[in-house]
Amino acid sequence: MRELISITSAVSVHRGQIVHNGKLVFEEKEASAGQFLLSAYKYTGAAYPKFYKMDGLCKLGWIAAEYLLKDKSANSLIQDFSTGIVLANRNSSLDADLKYHQTVSSIPSPALFVYTLPNIVIGEISIRHKIKGENAFFIQDAFDAVFMEQYVRILLNNDKLQSCICGWADFLADDYKAVLMLVEKNKAGIEFNAQNMLTYF
Amino acid sequence: MEDLKKQIIEQLNLQDIKPEDIGNDQPLFVEGLGLDSIDALELIVLLQQFYNIKLVNAEDGPKVFHSVRTIAEYIISHQNKND
Repeated sequence: MRELISITSAVSVHRGQIVHNGKLVFEEKEASAGQFLLSAYKYTGAAYPKFYKMDGLCKLGWIAAEYLLKDKSANSLIQDFSTGIVLANRNSSLDADLKYHQTVSSIPSPALFVYTLPNIVIGEISIRHKIKGENAFFIQDAFDAVFMEQYVRILLNNDKLQSCICGWADFLADDYKAVLMLVEKNKAGIEFNAQNMLTYF
Repeated sequence: MEDLKKQIIEQLNLQDIKPEDIGNDQPLFVEGLGLDSIDALELIVLLQQFYNIKLVNAEDGPKVFHSVRTIAEYIISHQNKND
């Protein structure tokens, strides 16, 4: 029997706006990417000094996950290894790669080096929300909703996961976009399929 | 030591912390400022970049980077050696 799989929460972070479940929750349209993410971080009220040290991609993903999960009690989803994260983007960790490359001519920066992989953003979200389940990061020209649906559906249908954060997180210079969705089994929400995922972009 | 504190804040991107927030003898790692292993590497870079001092023995790290005062003492003793 095909199990009920639903999108129970969705957030987009793009062009100075954060929209959570269709509602504008934060806006600073004229700010640079860095300033916008810093303001959005302060607006969350979180005390998480490590945020300042993250690269742009991790800040973007961290902020998106913060809003995505803010109405979810920790007990409702983050249990042992049953929640996973599957993300994709276009520019991998290029923003951090370029910044690190600039330091190589003098003394390479360890703090920049640790962000020169795209899946580090999954690690930062996992640490923050104590997520320990399966994860994967894919590089795609554009968000491939059909692929994402298939990949996440397999993880959920095979009981590898009970819930999954999936979506897109891309950051390069001042161009950024994140769309994260929380997908859960046997919960009320919007039907999880490629078409519905694309409505959040 | 105030300059050193400013350099540490800049190097480690401690944006919400002011020099006066860091006590001279306050532990920098774990229970103090909560720095981690990557920060330790950044402090090594700081010594090299600003003071041309290389931490030769890695096992000296915990002692040298215990607090702002211990870093300052290490800088002074090694600058004197270079003179």
